Amino acid sequence: MSGRDQVLAKVRAALQTAERGAGPDGPRPVPAPGRRTRPDAWDADELADRFAERVDDYRATVVRTGPDGVGAAVAAALADLDPGTVAAPAGLPAAWRPDDALDGSVLRTAELPAVSAVVTACRLAIAETGTIVLDHADDQGPRRLTLVPDRHVCVVRTEQIVDDVDDAFAAMSPADHGPPGPGTPPLTFVSGPSATSDIELQRVEGVHGPRTLVVIVVGPG
Amino acid sequence: MSARWPEVPQDFPKAAKVTLQDEQLRANLGHATTAIRAKRGGVVAEVDDWEDLRDEGAAARDRALRALDERLVELEANVQAAGGVVHWAPDKAAAQRIVVDLVAATGSDEVIKVKSLLTDELELNPALADAGIEAHETDLAELIVQLGGDRQSHILVPAIHRNRREIRDIFREHLPGAGDVSDDPAALAEAARRHLRETFLRVPVAISGANAAVAATGTVAVVESEGNGRMCLTLPRTLITVMGIEKVLETWEDLGTILRLLPRSSTGERMNPYTSLWTGVTPGDGPEEFHLVLVDAGRTNALADPVGRDALRCIRCSACLNVCPVYERTGGQAYESIYPGPIGAILTPQLQGLDTAPTLPWASSLCGACYEVCPVKIDIPKILVHLRGRVTAETDASGKGHHAGVERLAMRSVARVMDSRPAYEAAQRAGRLGLSLLQHGNGRPGRLPGLKGWTASRDLPPPEPSFRSWWREREATGGAPSVGGASPVERPAAVGGAGAAGSVPLEVVVHPPGGRPGVVGGPGVVGRPGGAPTDPTRTAGDDA
Ligand code: SF4
Repeated sequence: MSGRDQVLAKVRAALQTAERGAGPDGPRPVPAPGRRTRPDAWDADELADRFAERVDDYRATVVRTGPDGVGAAVAAALADLDPGTVAAPAGLPAAWRPDDALDGSVLRTAELPAVSAVVTACRLAIAETGTIVLDHADDQGPRRLTLVPDRHVCVVRTEQIVDDVDDAFAAMSPADHGPPGPGTPPLTFVSGPSATSDIELQRVEGVHGPRTLVVIVVGPG
Repeated sequence: MSARWPEVPQDFPKAAKVTLQDEQLRANLGHATTAIRAKRGGVVAEVDDWEDLRDEGAAARDRALRALDERLVELEANVQAAGGVVHWAPDKAAAQRIVVDLVAATGSDEVIKVKSLLTDELELNPALADAGIEAHETDLAELIVQLGGDRQSHILVPAIHRNRREIRDIFREHLPGAGDVSDDPAALAEAARRHLRETFLRVPVAISGANAAVAATGTVAVVESEGNGRMCLTLPRTLITVMGIEKVLETWEDLGTILRLLPRSSTGERMNPYTSLWTGVTPGDGPEEFHLVLVDAGRTNALADPVGRDALRCIRCSACLNVCPVYERTGGQAYESIYPGPIGAILTPQLQGLDTAPTLPWASSLCGACYEVCPVKIDIPKILVHLRGRVTAETDASGKGHHAGVERLAMRSVARVMDSRPAYEAAQRAGRLGLSLLQHGNGRPGRLPGLKGWTASRDLPPPEPSFRSWWREREATGGAPSVGGASPVERPAAVGGAGAAGSVPLEVVVHPPGGRPGVVGGPGVVGRPGGAPTDPTRTAGDDA
C-alpha cells in the first residue's frame, strides 16, 4: 500500500471508530460557521486613526499625508540613505517613486543585500491589528524585495484599510483569481518590523526581516 | 545538535523531581509566564466577540477533522494544481525517509529550517545528520537550544528556560562571530542576524512546518516573528513543508478565524510580525519547487478516540502552558516530549501510545485554567480524566506495561475507585450539577457571584515557590493550606463542591500511577495548591 493509501485508510478507520465510540447519541454535532455579523460600512477616519495608532504600537514609523504629500514623505523616509541603494517595484505609481530608484522587480536575490531600502504599495491594510498585507503584485514586487533590504517604506491609501483580519480574508479570496492554480498570489501579512520575544519574552525589534518599517498613510485630498 | 528526547520517557513524576530542584529554571519560567499572561489578558480583553470567536475557531477545527479524509484529498488536489508536490508519511520513519530523499535529490548537503514542532517530533535533524545533511535552525530560540545542546521546554519559546545571561554564555562559546556579545537581548538578536544572513542567501533548500493549510484553495500558512520564516519560505530554490494531517482547514474564511485567535493567544500580540501564505509555486517569486509532506505519526490514534480527538483541534498557541501551575513549577523538559504542559499531557500519550507515556495524564491538577484560555476550547481536563481512565483500563487488561509491582498496586487502587459505581456515579452527579450551575443557556461558562476570579479572569494568581513548600504547608495545616491570593471561593471545587465529589474520587484521581512518595512532593502530587485539586465540574463528566 502506498503511504497515501495507508494514511487515508487509517483516517477513515479512525473516523468510524470514533463514530462508534461516541455512544448512542452519536458524536457531538459541529455547529455551522457562525461568522460574526459585520457592519455594512466603517467610518473611514476611524479606521485610519486606529490603523495608525496600532502600527505605531509596534514601534514602526507612521506618517500621515494627503495625495500630494506622498513623494515628500517617501523622500523624508529615505533622506539618510544613498539614493543609488533604494529600490522600487516597476508598478509603483510614478509620484511615489524615489528619484533614481533601482527596478526592484528584476533584482535577483544575490543583488538584494546591496539594497538598503525599498518603497512599495500594498494590497490592503488592517486597522485592528495594524497590519499591512502584500499580495506581491506589480506595485509591491516579489517577496524577496520586501524581505532582504533593511528598510521597508510602504504606502497605504486609507480606502484600502479594513477593520479586522477576517475582513481582509473576505476581501482577498483566492477564488477571485480563478480556480486553485499557479495564478494564486502569495500573501505576506506584515505587522511592524521583524521582532523576537525569544529572550525572556522581551520583545526586541529587528531580527531577520526589515528592521525599520515606515508606513505612509495617504488620506483623501 | 540539539539533544534527542528519550525513546521511552521515564515518567513525569521522576523527571519532574529532577527539574523541581532547579531554582533558576523556576525563576526564569515564573518571570516569563507571568509576563505573557498579562500581555495575553490585555489583548484578549480588547476583542469584544472573543467568546464567539473561540466557538468559531473550535467549530472550524472540528469541521475539518470530522471529514479529514475528504479535506486531505482536496488539499492534495489543490496544492498539485498550483504546482506543488504532495507526499504522505504514515509514521516518523516514513517522514524522515521522504524528507532525506527530497533533500538528497537537490544535491545540497545543508538545509535551513524554520521552527517546527513537527520536525522536532519527527527527529528530522538527527535523521538528516545521519544522511550527512546539516540542518541550520534559524529561529532564535531554536538556535539557542541547538547551540546549547539542549532540549526545548516550551512550544512557542523553546528556550524559555534560559535567561539572558545563560544565552549570552551559549552564544559566546558556540556562535561563530559572536565575540564577547553582551546579555542585552537586542545585542543577542543582532549577533544571530549577522550569523545567519549569509546562510539564508546561500543554502538552496529549506524545511518548514505549517500552522495551517486550506483545503479549498491549497494555501499553506506559516506564522512567525523574526523574518527567518520568510527567508526560508522565499529565498531557497526548494521548499519542503512538513505538516501534521490534523492542521488542515476547510475554507479560506476558517483561516481568517484562526489568525484572529492565534497571535493574541500565543505571544499576546494583536498580530505577529509576519504571516506568510502561499499556494504551490509562483513563477518568478519564491521557490521553484514546493513539496508538502503530510504526516500521520499517531494522529489517527487520537482521531479514533471520540473524547481524545478534541486534542487535535490544537493550534499550538501555548496559552495553556503559560497558565498551568504544574508547568510553571516543573518546566517543559519534565514532560519529556516536544509537546509539554497541558496540551502535551493529552497529546503526547495519544500520539505515541498510552503505554509509552502513561504518567502524563496525571501531570495536571485539573484546575481548568488551560480550558479557560484555549482559543479552540479544548476541554483539556476532561480529556485528561478520560485518558487516566484509559491508562488504568488498558494497563489492567494487558497485565503488563510500565505498572509492575508497587506501581501496579497503586494503579489498581485508582482503577477500583474509577470502577466503584456508587463513588463514580456520585462524582458524576456532582459534576453535572456543577456544570449546570456554571452554564448559561448558551452553554458557555457564566459568572457566579464570588467566582468571578475563576470563570472570568484570564490569569492565575502569581506563582508559588514550589510544590514542596506547598506540600509541607499542607501537611502542617492538615490538608488545606491557603494559597497566595486565591481565596477558597475562587476555586472551582467550591462550586459543585462538597459531598462525595469533593472527597471520594478526587483524592484518588490525582494520584499518578504509582503515587510515589516524594514525586513532586508526595501523594496527591500534582494537585492544585489549595488542597482541592479537582474541578468537579470537569471530573467525570460524560466519560463513563
Ligand atoms: S491546547 Fe489550546 S491553549 Fe493549548 S496550545 Fe493548543 S490551542 Fe493553545
